[in-house]
Amino acid sequence: MESKKRYNLKEVMSRPERLTPGHRMCAGCGGTIAVRAVLRALHEGDHAVIGNATGCLEVSSFMYPYTAYTDSYIHNAFENAGATMSGVETAYNRLREKGKIKDNFKFITFGGDGGTYDIGFQSLSGSMERGHDFVYVCYDNGAYMNTGIQRSSATPMYADTTTTPVGKESNGKIQYRKDLAAIIAEHKVPYVAQTTFLSNFKDLHIKAEKAIYTPGPAFLNIMAPCPRGWRYETSEIMEICKLAVETCYWPLFEVVDGKWQLSYEPKNKLPIEDFLKPQGRFKHLFKPGNEELIVKFQEEVDRRWEDLQFRCSQE
Amino acid sequence: MAIRERLSGNEAVSFAIKQINPDVMPAFPITPSTEIPQYVSTYIANGECDTEFIPVESEHSSMSATIGASAAGARALTATSSCGLALMWEELYVAASNRLPVVLALVNRALSGPININCDHSDSMGARDSGWIQIYAENNQEAYDNFVQAYRISEHKDVMLPVMICQDGFITSHAVENIELLEDDVVKNFVGEYEPENYLLNSETPMAVGPYAVSNYYMESKKAQTEAMKNAKQVILDVANEFAGISGRQYGLFEEYRLEDAEYAIVMIGSAAGTTKDAIDSLREEGKKVGLLKIRVFRPFPEKEIAEALKNTKAVAILDRAESFNAHGGPLGSEVTQALFNAKCTMEVRNYIYGLGGRDFRVEDAKNVYSELEALITEGKEIENYKYIGLRSED
Repeated sequence: MESKKRYNLKEVMSRPERLTPGHRMCAGCGGTIAVRAVLRALHEGDHAVIGNATGCLEVSSFMYPYTAYTDSYIHNAFENAGATMSGVETAYNRLREKGKIKDNFKFITFGGDGGTYDIGFQSLSGSMERGHDFVYVCYDNGAYMNTGIQRSSATPMYADTTTTPVGKESNGKIQYRKDLAAIIAEHKVPYVAQTTFLSNFKDLHIKAEKAIYTPGPAFLNIMAPCPRGWRYETSEIMEICKLAVETCYWPLFEVVDGKWQLSYEPKNKLPIEDFLKPQGRFKHLFKPGNEELIVKFQEEVDRRWEDLQFRCSQE
Repeated sequence: MAIRERLSGNEAVSFAIKQINPDVMPAFPITPSTEIPQYVSTYIANGECDTEFIPVESEHSSMSATIGASAAGARALTATSSCGLALMWEELYVAASNRLPVVLALVNRALSGPININCDHSDSMGARDSGWIQIYAENNQEAYDNFVQAYRISEHKDVMLPVMICQDGFITSHAVENIELLEDDVVKNFVGEYEPENYLLNSETPMAVGPYAVSNYYMESKKAQTEAMKNAKQVILDVANEFAGISGRQYGLFEEYRLEDAEYAIVMIGSAAGTTKDAIDSLREEGKKVGLLKIRVFRPFPEKEIAEALKNTKAVAILDRAESFNAHGGPLGSEVTQALFNAKCTMEVRNYIYGLGGRDFRVEDAKNVYSELEALITEGKEIENYKYIGLRSED
């Protein structure tokens, strides 16, 4: 497996783009960065079928009559990216068995958090349980961005969204976010990982390659900030991602054949304010009188981080 | 040599699936269609069939996976009933608009609520505008024969539309009847190999499926679907003629039963047509000129042909096994009436609703309809334009 070789950013970045420029995603969009980074992990000569749940990515990368993908691509609907790719992968197995297809194909499907955590959750769970050999990539930007920043079950607590607006009687979303990577890991699939955009993209690249080349179902949860929904300057994306990891809001980990492994442990865990502060969606938390809310946010981050550390310490 | 057997409708369709040996079948259990995936799974378990079965977690996913498999280049199918079809509703449109030649074995059952597992046509009638070809059967033999013809229609290059092969829940799906099956190799030769022009797994020419099409393009794609649906009519007839050559059984867009000189006609779909034929035979012995037009192909709707077949009648009763809740009739009633109006036919037309949720339709019921039509013409005795047959109380 290529991941055993030394990671070389220059080499990886020089690979041909499989999501080509000219698509209509916003400048600074995290979703597009996630797709390009994952597709760079495909080995040269391997074909792929790219799947996609309805969302920003789909409506902006495959507007008739133009596709931004160099590989075959299928969008079906919002809630069925897992089931759709189940059909594609099964067809591949059957047609190979019949000798009708000789080439190697890999199957990678992308969904936003709305299409993955919420409406597509059943379809995803079914496709993982049935053991199809494919990768489901969630580009998690923590809300329904395509329809205009409505809350999802991936939205963090207190976020200001258009369906959890901050107002006289509201501090934004009331609930904690769902821990989807853990839920998928409980399907006992061979590979689950959580990552985001960091420094030289090594963590994402290696996890994507493992996900693609591990036989059986794999799930990648990639935090992919949305400058419109999170309200920060597009140029700050790498800093935001770094703060998410350094505050342990978005820990990096893998679950390989059921074994939980931390990919990175911050030397000095930063306070959650550092992650919240640059984002307009959390602006209200910094108003005098709302200190308690930040304390509660911090408590939940700590609780989850400790829980994750415990899982990763188990032999 | 044809094989004489005794099979239920579900087993007959499953047998056709085994003979065709399609590539991928995702399916989810629901009464009364669930025997079909069970039979297919058993064939696979016993090495009699190479189809890959996907035990999906819902009907939405069964149609989604069927779409994925078909787009990938495989011959795909699924089976369902009632609420299962309703859950697929969104996906039915996606399959049709992507021009995927998938086949769905539908075992007609009432939609909830109240929840009811018995036959009516509300499920497929609810999907009548989804862009699928719909072919209905009166009995097990027809269900089998229609299924054998399905892929030849759906995969025809002038069509490329999904096909729904419908039969009546329990009445035909679970009733065992005598049936004449074709030899395996005869079916295989008739259906042939599926060689798609474009598909996802073609490494030479990648394909993108399911675009976002803005107003500049969307309408043309609908017009193209409509043209394909128009083309389907001739293809269905051509395939039926070819099928007659291997089976000796001739099918059309509909069946006319003692209709040629009929003064009073019933138009209906499905198994109740057999009951009506008994009523006709009995009334004909009394000298009544009564006949039947049994719809086989509801989509595409054979508008002109139906009007032509009914033009010499004095009164027509259109019997719907589904409500449309437009408060003036059922779906078949609306479409047949429109066909007659467009052909400038001026006979009396009435619409009846019967058999909802498995309510029995008896020979007596058919006879009553004919006598009401006769009384309307000969005595001027009015009938409501739209009425129910077989209610517990007529009030």
